[in-house]
Amino acid sequence: MKRTTKRKLTDAILYAVLVLAVVLAGALIDWSAVKANFFDPAGWKRGGNWGDLITIGVKNTIVYTLVAFVFGFGLAIFLALMKLSPVAPYRWLATGYIEFFRGLPALIVILVMAFGVPIAFNWQPPGGLVGAGLIGLILVAGAYMAETLRAGIQAVPKGQTEAARSLGMSAGRTTLSVVLPQALRIVIPPLTNEFVLLIKDTALLFVIGVQVGQRELTSVARDLTTSGPTAGTSTSLIQAAILYLIITLPLTRLVALLEKRQQRAR
Amino acid sequence: MTVPQQTSGRAIEVRDLHKYFGENEVLKGIDFHVDHGQVVCVIGPSGSGKSTLLRCVNRLEDPTSGTIWVEGVDITDPETDLDQVRSRIGIVFQSFNLFPHMNVMRNLCIAQQRVRGRSKDEAVEVARANLAKVGLAGKEDAYPAHLSGGQQQRVAIARALSMDPDMMLFDEPTSALDPELVGDVLAVMKKLASEGMTMMVVTHEMGFAREVGDKLVFMDDGVIVEEGDPAEVLANPQHERTRSFLSKVL
Ligand SMILES: Nc1ncnc2c1ncn2[C@@H]1O[C@H](COP(=O)(O)OP(=O)(O)O)[C@@H](O)[C@H]1O
Ligand SMILES: [Mg+2]
Repeated sequence: MKRTTKRKLTDAILYAVLVLAVVLAGALIDWSAVKANFFDPAGWKRGGNWGDLITIGVKNTIVYTLVAFVFGFGLAIFLALMKLSPVAPYRWLATGYIEFFRGLPALIVILVMAFGVPIAFNWQPPGGLVGAGLIGLILVAGAYMAETLRAGIQAVPKGQTEAARSLGMSAGRTTLSVVLPQALRIVIPPLTNEFVLLIKDTALLFVIGVQVGQRELTSVARDLTTSGPTAGTSTSLIQAAILYLIITLPLTRLVALLEKRQQRAR
Repeated sequence: MTVPQQTSGRAIEVRDLHKYFGENEVLKGIDFHVDHGQVVCVIGPSGSGKSTLLRCVNRLEDPTSGTIWVEGVDITDPETDLDQVRSRIGIVFQSFNLFPHMNVMRNLCIAQQRVRGRSKDEAVEVARANLAKVGLAGKEDAYPAHLSGGQQQRVAIARALSMDPDMMLFDEPTSALDPELVGDVLAVMKKLASEGMTMMVVTHEMGFAREVGDKLVFMDDGVIVEEGDPAEVLANPQHERTRSFLSKVL
């Protein structure tokens, strides 16, 4: 057989398999059951689930993500600078912290912060249970972002520091005015990725069970599987999934764009 | 502070300088000086320690042993305020090292304001004068990435000059440039020399060394092999190593 003929034959087989799979799915899946469970019109229509999902769920998810990101980032700057410190004990501390929190499931950290630490240390977490859960999220996010930042700082050419120091700038001033601004530019794409991960990780706050008005998107959707117009179906979960994608997909695209632009700038 | 040992009032005085990188002895006892208003050119094969010597003069590298005085101040003394000393020594690097996230004006002003404590207006005025001096008036708002290599290097010179340094150190300032851009940078350096600036120039531009230099220093393998009047050294090298190096580059 000629090469091209062979190639055409494989293509044909691949397409045939695909068509067969679609046909089989269409025939074997009980579409009315899928529709009733995932696409219950009572949830999709106006006045259905969207109101609570968006005004409570999406709103809280965004607020929690922003809070965790901002504080996590602040923590990460500290950790990254410590990790690059000339003073060895600072490096050990930062390394220990980062390895510790990256090695744990975020869920464990959130649970311990929400239910263990307040009792063990007789501590009133700011913002109550949600606050405690968020602190757990911040501790973990800080560890991940610190590694990203450290890599960014180290990617700034050494000549930049040398130029700044040789103009008489102090080490601190050099870090602040010369190194960090350039490092931040380098880490914008990976940090946006961390942001997307954080959006999804706020769903873990689901486990701490807070007041209705404080629930994030996944919790709200979960509530709506047992109460409201689509109780007894998973419609609200599918709707929540769509809302997550509406937020995360554009960000993921943005990361791809930024990375492309940075590569061109090189 | 201890009173620095008397050093005959030279701009730079280096005595018995040794520098190791790990086991590798890169400077093997350097005695070297630059007088006020003098232009000293340093030549030598790659890896001979020229950059390391220059970088020791403002402590970008820490000497392993030996003493270096800059304007009479012992910079190897742990009590010395290095930021203060560095702010009086302008350095121009082979790779320009402009701050890419700042425009030209900001590049020239930041250290004036943060280190010299000048007001913004004052800094801008000094910056403009120095940009004009290097032939780049009007480039205030440009970012380094939009300038040619020759322009970037002249901005780097202007940035160093804006600190009103006592002396300028150049580490192969034209080696990263396209040949047609070298002339502009050398012209600026010549102008500086003619204005009486104290200069230490590591270079492969023998023409510049002959024409502008007051002294030529030939280094090889971590030692100063030979030094003297540039025209004399270039025309009539005393050492075999100098002869062999010059025969390759001339
Ligand atoms: N930071 C460093 N760490 C280790 N070795 C170095 C470092 N900088 C320079 N060297 C070594 O020191 C020697 C002299 O280097 P350098 O002063 O840059 O020479 P030159 O400027 O004359 O080419 C070279 O062998 C180089 O490999
Ligand atoms: Mg060199």
